Amino acid sequence: MPTSLVLVQLFNGLQFGVLLFLVAAGLTLVFGVMDFINLAHGVQYMLGAYLAVAFFRLTGSFFAAAALALPASLLFGLALELGVFRHLYGRDHLSQVLATFGVILFLNQGVKIVWGAAPLNMALPELLSGSVPLMEGLRYPVYRFAIIGVGLAVAGGLYVFVNHTRIGMLVRAGASNAAMVAALGVDVKRLFTIVFGFGAMLAGLAGVMVAPILSVEPGMGDQVLILAFVVIVIGGIGSIRGAFVAALLVGVIDTLGRSFMTDALRLVLPPSPARVIGPALASMGIYLLMAAVLAWRPAGLFPAKGRT
Amino acid sequence: MVGSARVASLAAHWWALPFEERLAVGLFLPLMLLPVAALGLGGYLLVIGERAMILAIAALSLQLLIGVAGLISFGHAAFLGIGAYAAGILASHGHGTLVLALPAAILSSALFALLTGAIAVRSRGVYFIMITLAFGQMAYFVASSLAPYGGDDGLTWPTRTLVFGTRVLKSETVFYYVALAALGGVYVLMGRLVGSRFGRVLRGLTDNERRVEAIGFAPYPYRLTAYVMAGATCGLAGFLLGNEVEFVSPAYMHWQRSGELILMVLLGGSGQRYGPIVGAMTYLLLEESLARFTEHWKVILGPLLVVVALFGRGGIAGIIERWRLGELSLAMLWAACGAIARAQAKRVMGGLRQAEAVAAGALDRAIPRSKASAAAFVARWRLSKMRVGEAVVSLALIVDRSISTTIARWRRR
Repeated sequence: MPTSLVLVQLFNGLQFGVLLFLVAAGLTLVFGVMDFINLAHGVQYMLGAYLAVAFFRLTGSFFAAAALALPASLLFGLALELGVFRHLYGRDHLSQVLATFGVILFLNQGVKIVWGAAPLNMALPELLSGSVPLMEGLRYPVYRFAIIGVGLAVAGGLYVFVNHTRIGMLVRAGASNAAMVAALGVDVKRLFTIVFGFGAMLAGLAGVMVAPILSVEPGMGDQVLILAFVVIVIGGIGSIRGAFVAALLVGVIDTLGRSFMTDALRLVLPPSPARVIGPALASMGIYLLMAAVLAWRPAGLFPAKGRT
Repeated sequence: MVGSARVASLAAHWWALPFEERLAVGLFLPLMLLPVAALGLGGYLLVIGERAMILAIAALSLQLLIGVAGLISFGHAAFLGIGAYAAGILASHGHGTLVLALPAAILSSALFALLTGAIAVRSRGVYFIMITLAFGQMAYFVASSLAPYGGDDGLTWPTRTLVFGTRVLKSETVFYYVALAALGGVYVLMGRLVGSRFGRVLRGLTDNERRVEAIGFAPYPYRLTAYVMAGATCGLAGFLLGNEVEFVSPAYMHWQRSGELILMVLLGGSGQRYGPIVGAMTYLLLEESLARFTEHWKVILGPLLVVVALFGRGGIAGIIERWRLGELSLAMLWAACGAIARAQAKRVMGGLRQAEAVAAGALDRAIPRSKASAAAFVARWRLSKMRVGEAVVSLALIVDRSISTTIARWRRR
């Protein structure tokens, strides 16, 4: 297979991984700090995309839509936290699973009622619609580079925020031992709300960025949610660093697997079984990766300190 | 006269039976008679009954994990799909006979449970939920990419499973009773399992892992065995489900289906063995009636789940158990009724605030002594010559007040 194709898929994988990181970052913090399993996080990603489309139709500009959709998804996350999730923090995981599952059903269907079941589309912004030459005869869209850039910038910002600010310190402390942090006089409830809103906004950002390149449809958040779970399990619950490494790993492996698994199998198998086994194996790839990581390190690659 | 005496002695026999047995009769007798009702009301009833019983088997198997072993599996629907695919794939190659298809369905789900459980069971809590969810999705995507067997579109079975070369399962009534027998078998099996040494170790591990370990039981093999058993049982449900519609698709394994199974267990009550059966039936009835009401029934179901999660402790079985243990009784309802009726009377005469204080006080006093003084309260209720309208108002007030106390208690927590 030509190296240029591998390069393109590598970039695609990187872009996918960066998006996964944006969703997984909020999720891992919510898990880590609040010990709260939020299945409805994927819905926030979907909502970000829908809000982007809605504001785009209103304003006609991608950047204005993004600027409006981000605070809107932040507000939405805060509203969900105050309305429903806040009452679930002390409860067992079973109640949390059930309640957030209910929120998913409601919002997926609600989106269908408001915007219809048909997928929506959105135009690329003029400024980012071109492509750049990578090498001889190979061009790559600017917009995908922009996604990678924004994702890496957010990752860097999060790194600084979590490791070098006071709130970040509290977040890390909360991930290790929330009860102790509360005992030291920190308003943990407010910390929870901040973390939750912030996580929702990051997921919304991921949704806004994919709106022009994917079809925006109900249930689009569910698949991303499960991949984000895989990312968190691989990276270690509560660890931003783990989420970043695992997200890139999952993004790249999944993309490369889907593009090249069948071809790779043809080298060792006759073509017809390779055509059958290839896609099946490719779709299993990241789960096998997860299983391997867990067999090796049951708490993930970078478990938050102090958690057992 | 003789007839009434016989009825009385029958009733005495009935009430002398242990609660478990009375319950089993109450659950299974209507199910046995349903086909008779379906003769009059239409075959659709039979199909719903089959579906409910099959899902009840799946929910019972999940209950072994959630209620007994304390493992919240969010990938349980995978076993449903694997069971149906195993039998369906055999059928599509012309080997859809009971002797082959049933063991294949059960063993392949058990094998999948063993392989994924070996990794998942090592983890606990949130990790376990996410890992089972991920493995469930893995099964879903693999099924979607099985191009020779329909891929995304699913696989239509050529026919229902042949029993020794005959198409006896083709008859809806026969199939209904086969499903009923399977449900009864699984129900009895689960009861035996929970009562056995194995089940006690599992429950002990859920209550206090460290102590059970200290006695000398390693948790891992017990949990893994439970996981495999649950998977195999759910594989049986998958085999039946595939047979019912003569079709299998990746949608069987979708993670929302796993969520629905959890909901059935919780709605029915994970603390009691009969809970999942009640839960599966309730869920199916709920779905049928909501779907008839509006196309967007999930908009109603979603908030309902939130309410069940926030308030519904112990599910329907929890309410029944509380009733049985006397924490909740008709007498209490009567007592509260009388108390509120008196407060109502005072409200007419005195000020609103005073009446509410009386109502609150009376209700608080009524609840602890409810059972003993039921007769006294009934007598008082009769003496006060309450009219029907007042009784309705009183009931509404009871509901209102119990909701507000629940909310208050919930806020305090």
